Amino acid sequence: MIQRLLHEGLEKSVKTNPEKIAVIAEGVSHTYQDFFDSVTRLANALIDNGLRRGDRCVVYMDNTFPCLVSIYAILLAGGAFVVVNPQTKKEKLKFILNDCSARILISDSHLYGNFSGIDGEVQSLVCVISSGNIQSIDDSAVIPFDKIMDGSKDSKPSINTIANDLAALIYTSGSTGNPKGVMQTHLSMGFALNSLIEYLRLSSDDRILLVLPLAFDYGLYQLLMSVQLGATLVLERSFTYPAQVFSRIEQTSVTVFPAVPTIFALLLSMHNRKPIIFPTVTRITNTAASLPPEYVKALKEIFPNALIYKMYGLTECKRVCYLEPEKIDTKPSSVGQAIPGTEVFILDDNGERVKAGEIGILHVRGPHIMLGYWNQLELSNEVLKDAPLPREKILCTNDWFKMDDDGDLYFIGRSDDIIKTRGEKVSPIEVENVIHGINGVLEVAVIGEPDEILGEAVKCFIVLEEGSSLSIRDIKKICIERLENFMVPKYIEMVSNLPKTHTGKISKKGLR
Amino acid sequence: MLKDKLRLFILENFLFTDDQGELNDEDSFMDQGIIDSTAILELIFFIEEEFSIKVEDEEMIPDNLDSINKAVRFIESKS
Repeated sequence: MIQRLLHEGLEKSVKTNPEKIAVIAEGVSHTYQDFFDSVTRLANALIDNGLRRGDRCVVYMDNTFPCLVSIYAILLAGGAFVVVNPQTKKEKLKFILNDCSARILISDSHLYGNFSGIDGEVQSLVCVISSGNIQSIDDSAVIPFDKIMDGSKDSKPSINTIANDLAALIYTSGSTGNPKGVMQTHLSMGFALNSLIEYLRLSSDDRILLVLPLAFDYGLYQLLMSVQLGATLVLERSFTYPAQVFSRIEQTSVTVFPAVPTIFALLLSMHNRKPIIFPTVTRITNTAASLPPEYVKALKEIFPNALIYKMYGLTECKRVCYLEPEKIDTKPSSVGQAIPGTEVFILDDNGERVKAGEIGILHVRGPHIMLGYWNQLELSNEVLKDAPLPREKILCTNDWFKMDDDGDLYFIGRSDDIIKTRGEKVSPIEVENVIHGINGVLEVAVIGEPDEILGEAVKCFIVLEEGSSLSIRDIKKICIERLENFMVPKYIEMVSNLPKTHTGKISKKGLR
Repeated sequence: MLKDKLRLFILENFLFTDDQGELNDEDSFMDQGIIDSTAILELIFFIEEEFSIKVEDEEMIPDNLDSINKAVRFIESKS
């Protein structure tokens, strides 16, 4: 069977080993056959309820089994999935639904507060489905997840999708204030998937832990790789209760532990209180932010049998490079070389390649690059540049890098204002827009400040209007109602004025 | 008293309000997105300091901490 589409990986795995455990979701096991049956029924139901070829279907759920079923069902039905972080609040959810003209929304009852009545505010939406405790919401416009699969056919729907079609839109924060949908096709995602499987040296025997959000491509690909290989995915909702994740790792003999520096920092502080050890883990991976070299020694104690992968990437091309784990001690600050089947260049202001050791902007070439940002031609053209071959595009990362004589890459810094906190992107403008909208706020400036556990902490300076009695707590409360948790400023300072440039713009340099 | 102190801490530090109605005793912190992986340590430090108990790493599970009622039962069992 020749594979062209992403979900054909699931079809292959089901044929190869239907009784193999595909997913252990918060302790509950599901075989590939169970998984595929649920996916098929939901796919048919989506088509019955209005999903047409290429339609975007938003999945607004925690890391649960229905979420996994939804992702594959949308693909099997010929649509493109859009996973939205469950921490997203109502306004931003509405923005995303409208931006991508979503046809169907699949969510969970505990998020109802954010999606109640939303079909009235999104013209393209024809159907809202919800898992969880439906009785509690009592809204006839919302169809229960379980019910929607009853009476649906269990034979595979026939679709016309080809590899050039969109598989997913992955929304990412931008410096403009609104998130942008990165367009990834079956072609680009299938390619990226195989490149990752190759350099991570994964096999069907692996048991991959997923605690990262599925809305984040780092989390999403753990699912995609696991299913592609016919391996087992160990799914947890988050790292919030570490002891639960630890016992799951032990019970299921997890072999792959993907995380971000914040999770490693939490692990290390717990290890300091009382030693932890996970001998079954043979690979740990890090991306989203730099893994401090000082962590490596303790990580080797916690994971004595694991290869450590330091990696770098961006949503616009999934991943850029990785350091061969055997080099972790000899090249402690490097993120290595381009992933298999791709290449990178570091260019100066004139678009010329820099010499070894010189700093420039990293550009990426390969089949894994996005098609562009959904409905944002201008923003797409800012990062997709003309390549050597006519009409081909290469991706400008907007990140400063240098390369040593061996060709190993070193991340120097971002060239934009994006803050990376807990491995998540925060657009200062997005946060400023929310705070600016509060009655009583005259001026606001948001910056990132180095933080041991978070990487960077979000800090904001606020100038209040005359006579305003707004407190720091009032500001935080409104932020948490409108923004994801990780975007809420950790530090808020009320000041009497903000430093300005000679043209009157706020000078963030003056604040750092 | 114990419950009130805990409610106050969570309302103030994670919900930024003193409106008691914003937090029900049975609400799951994880479900409501009130507490995440960095906030949990803050909560644990508070519980250890305020109620003079030690929370073992193995005890950091939802059954012991994921709602006001669960946390109160857990703290009482350790005092």
